[in-house]
Amino acid sequence: MYTEKVMDHFMNPRNVGEIENADGVGEVGNVKCGDIMRIYIKVENDHIKDIKFKTFGCGSAIAASSIATELIMGLSIEDALKVTNKQVVDALGGLPPVKVHCSVLAEQALKAAIYDYAHKNGKTYAGLEGFDPHEEHDHDHEVVDIEF
Amino acid sequence: MRKIYLDYSATTPVKEEVVQEMLPYFTETFGNASSIHSFGQDAKRALENARSRVAATVGAASDTIYFTAGGSESDNWALKGVMHANKAKGNHIITTKIEHHAILHTCEALEKEGFEVTYLDVDAYGQIDLEALKAAMRPTTVLVSIMYINNEIGTMQKIEEISKIVHEGGAIFHTDAVQAYGNVKIDVGTFGIDLMSISSHKIYGPKGVGALYIKKGIRIHNLIEGGAQERKRRAGTENIAGIMGFAKAAEIADQNLEAHVSHLIALRERLVKGILASVDYVKYNGHPTERHPGNVNVCFEFIEGEALLLSLNAKGIGGSSGSACTSGSLDPSHVLLAIGLPHEIAHGSLRLTIGDFTSEEDVDYTIEALKEVVQKLRMMSPLYDRVQGGK
Repeated sequence: MYTEKVMDHFMNPRNVGEIENADGVGEVGNVKCGDIMRIYIKVENDHIKDIKFKTFGCGSAIAASSIATELIMGLSIEDALKVTNKQVVDALGGLPPVKVHCSVLAEQALKAAIYDYAHKNGKTYAGLEGFDPHEEHDHDHEVVDIEF
Repeated sequence: MRKIYLDYSATTPVKEEVVQEMLPYFTETFGNASSIHSFGQDAKRALENARSRVAATVGAASDTIYFTAGGSESDNWALKGVMHANKAKGNHIITTKIEHHAILHTCEALEKEGFEVTYLDVDAYGQIDLEALKAAMRPTTVLVSIMYINNEIGTMQKIEEISKIVHEGGAIFHTDAVQAYGNVKIDVGTFGIDLMSISSHKIYGPKGVGALYIKKGIRIHNLIEGGAQERKRRAGTENIAGIMGFAKAAEIADQNLEAHVSHLIALRERLVKGILASVDYVKYNGHPTERHPGNVNVCFEFIEGEALLLSLNAKGIGGSSGSACTSGSLDPSHVLLAIGLPHEIAHGSLRLTIGDFTSEEDVDYTIEALKEVVQKLRMMSPLYDRVQGGK
C-alpha cells in the first residue's frame, strides 16, 4: 500500500517536535477529518534555519509532514513557498490516490507557518498571495488533483 | 520478529483437521454433485452429509440449510429474495444503523427499487431499543434484519426478544449471524429465527463458503439463477471441498464451544484490563458483558487508527481500525458514529479480536507494544500537547 520511503518517514519521522520561540507557527486540518498538521519555523536571513512538525493523522500524513520538513530545511523563504504538494508526493515515491490530500496538507501547513512569520514581521511574499490559513480544507477539492 | 494475529473477526486460519477433511474432495471425490455417475453421486452424498452436519449445529432440519459463497451472498439473498417474493404483503424493511455493509448496501439497493427501509438507532453500547423496534413495525413490514453480534464493537443483540416482537408484528426475522456463529450457541427454533446468514471463514473453515438458513414456508426468490442445485434455489456447481471444510469447522466449533468461549473471554479481559491500566485517555467500546467473547474495541484519544495499525504491524501485530483512513472513506466507521462517538474519537479506534490460537503471552506482548506505540504517536500529536499543557 505504501512505498518504503513513506514507511521510513512514518516509522522514523525527521524533525518531530516543537521549536521554542518559533518565528512562525502554522496549523491546518481539523480533527473531524482526522488530520491536523502543525509546523514550526525558525527564520534567519530570510532562510528556514530550523523546522519542526507535529501531526495528528494517518501514516501518510506523518510521512508527508516529515519529508516536507526535509525538503524545506535551509531553503530561502521564497524557495520554500515554491515547494508543492506534488514535490512532497514525488519525494515519498508516490502516495495512494486517497492519501494525496496529506501532501496538500503539508504544503498548506508550511505556508501557514510562513504566513504567521510574515504577518508578525510585516513582510510580504509573492508566494503567499491569495493564501488564507483559515480556509477550511475540503477533501473533495483536493481529490481533483489525482491522476488515475 | 514475533507475529501476533489479532484480527480473528476479519478471518481465521483454517484448522488442520479442516484442511485434512477437505483434501480428498479436490482430487478423489471431485465429481459434480449433479452428475448421475458414481463420481457425481459420491460428491452428492458428501454434500448432503455436510448439510446435515451444519444443520445440526443450529438445531435446524437438514433441508433448511442452503450453501452459498459466504456471508455477503447470504445477506444479499435473504433481503432481496424475501422482499421480492413478498411484494403483495408490503414494501417495508427494518434494520439497524450498525449492520455490516452486506446488509446496509443491499438495503440501499432495495430503496432504489422503491422499498422503504427503517434504520434503527442503537444506544451507547450498540444495542437497539426494543420499544423503538415495536414502534417501527408497520402492517407493510415484510422483513426485519438485525445482526446477532456486531463485527466491529462485538455487541450482542437480544435476539429472542427481537424475534418475538417481529413475529407479533407479522413480519419475517432475518439475522446476520456471521460473527455469532461459533461464538454463541444458536438454536434457530428456540430463538425464533426465520433466516440466518453464517460463514465458514470466521470459524476456522475455508473462505468462499457460507450458508443461509431458510425456515420452511418462508417465501423467497432466488438470487443466483441457473441450474437446479440446492433444491433449485441457488444455482452453481457446489464447492464440495469448501463445503466439507465448512461442515468440519462447524462441527469442531460446536463441540468445543464452551472451551473456546472461556479461552477467549479470559484473554479478552486480560487484554482490556492491561490496556486500561497502561494507557490513559482510552475508551472501551461496546457492551461490557453482552459481547463477542474475543472482541476488544478501544479508542485512543489524540491519535489516528491507521497510524496505530501501521505501528503495531511494525511490531508484528495484526489488528484493525474503524478510522476513516482505513475505511477508504472520509468518515470513520458508521458503527462508532452510531454509538455516539465524536469523529475525532472514532478516528483513533482499534479492534483487536482474539481467537483459538491466541496465548496469554501474545496478549501481554500486545499490551506492552500498544503502550509504546500509543505514546510515540501521541508525542507527535498536536492534540496531545494541548491536553498536556492543560494539566
